[in-house]
Amino acid sequence: MSKKGTETLVGLFVLLGLAGLVFLSLKAANLASFGTRDSYSVAARFDNIGGLKARSPVRSAGVTVGRVTSITLDPKTYQGLVTMELDKSVQFPKDSSAKILTSGLLGDQYVGIEPGAEEKNLAAGDVIKQTQSAVVLENLIGQFLFNKAADGGNASAGGAAPAAQAPAPGVKK
Amino acid sequence: MNNPVTAVGASTLRMLQAFGRAGYFFADLLRAIPASLRRFGLVVTQIHAIGNLSLLIILASGMAVGFVLALQMYYALVTYGATESLGLIVNLSLVRELGPVVAALLFAGRAGTSLTAEIGLMKAGEQIAAMEMMAIDTKSRVLAPRFIGGMVSMPLLAILFSAVGILGAYVVAVLLLGVDSGNFWSIMQSRVDVWRDVGNGIVKSFVFGVICTAVALYQGYETEATPEGVAYATTRTVVISSLSVLAMDFVLTALMFSTA
Repeated sequence: MSKKGTETLVGLFVLLGLAGLVFLSLKAANLASFGTRDSYSVAARFDNIGGLKARSPVRSAGVTVGRVTSITLDPKTYQGLVTMELDKSVQFPKDSSAKILTSGLLGDQYVGIEPGAEEKNLAAGDVIKQTQSAVVLENLIGQFLFNKAADGGNASAGGAAPAAQAPAPGVKK
Repeated sequence: MNNPVTAVGASTLRMLQAFGRAGYFFADLLRAIPASLRRFGLVVTQIHAIGNLSLLIILASGMAVGFVLALQMYYALVTYGATESLGLIVNLSLVRELGPVVAALLFAGRAGTSLTAEIGLMKAGEQIAAMEMMAIDTKSRVLAPRFIGGMVSMPLLAILFSAVGILGAYVVAVLLLGVDSGNFWSIMQSRVDVWRDVGNGIVKSFVFGVICTAVALYQGYETEATPEGVAYATTRTVVISSLSVLAMDFVLTALMFSTA
């Protein structure tokens, strides 16, 4: 093979390798996002973001309409400030609410947006007022036990039963 | 004189001598690199022989590994409803481990053996001796260009192996099994780090490239100048490179990912 031909083939090989590297870093890792469509950014404050991560999906009625871009702690309110990019073709009313939900029982967490009724739409840079935090399983269990204990305490005569024993009859019911 | 104690001593000394020769050989190889870079055409020819010609087997194997990983992982993950994590698992296993290691094993089989046989036959046909008679430095003229070619080609081949494997997994997972395409990529992107995962994978493949090429050249250079000698050296190249790659992979993984 001629020298020029070999050099061209080697050049192609090196370029192909670099293209593979670009693919691995941009498409298959977190360096940047490819092909961002026209979008606008909206923020929301949550008391607890649970396991939400940057790049988690934002869904409305189960349809993915955007991605979470960043999660920071608001230093004034000590709430999690979640910034998301929403698809420009989807507009939500200003009084829409945001929730942090889980796909499946153990799946990844995502932001669910429920549209409100106001005529004005959310604009870029707006903050969603009504939010509902992620469900933290430990708090839920703690609350459940507390409620059961309170129920058991009311049900037993005089309410003098110690709290530690109270859940047992409650669970049987 | 032929008692067992002498035999043990003799074999120990032979082993130490072999280590010493390999060390000197490797040092000479490194010292010859600048001189051979001045004749870049030789390096380009070697990258073609080592890299371009290994491309097909690397791409085909990467695609097959991606297919199979996706199929098997889907089978395990579907029980837990976590099939969206398929992309993440395939990506991490390819980029961190399988890409560099399997590509290096294939590289030792495809390129290492041909290097050993080539150098071994040059030695057997006394071409190396003839060049040395003409005061041509064989290390910078023959060995170093091949060494550089291997060092450059191996990371590129490992990157392509992983990239093609991920695309193969995408084909199986998204087009055949119906995993959500957005989740496939987004979970992958949220959990795979460019420097920790992709970067360390490239460092690994570079180290494996150095090991495989150096072993192949050393075995070729030290071969006995007979047909059996060349055959034996070629076999040893594959065995020694594969075992060193696997051992080195354990060490590198322990250093790189023990905290992550």
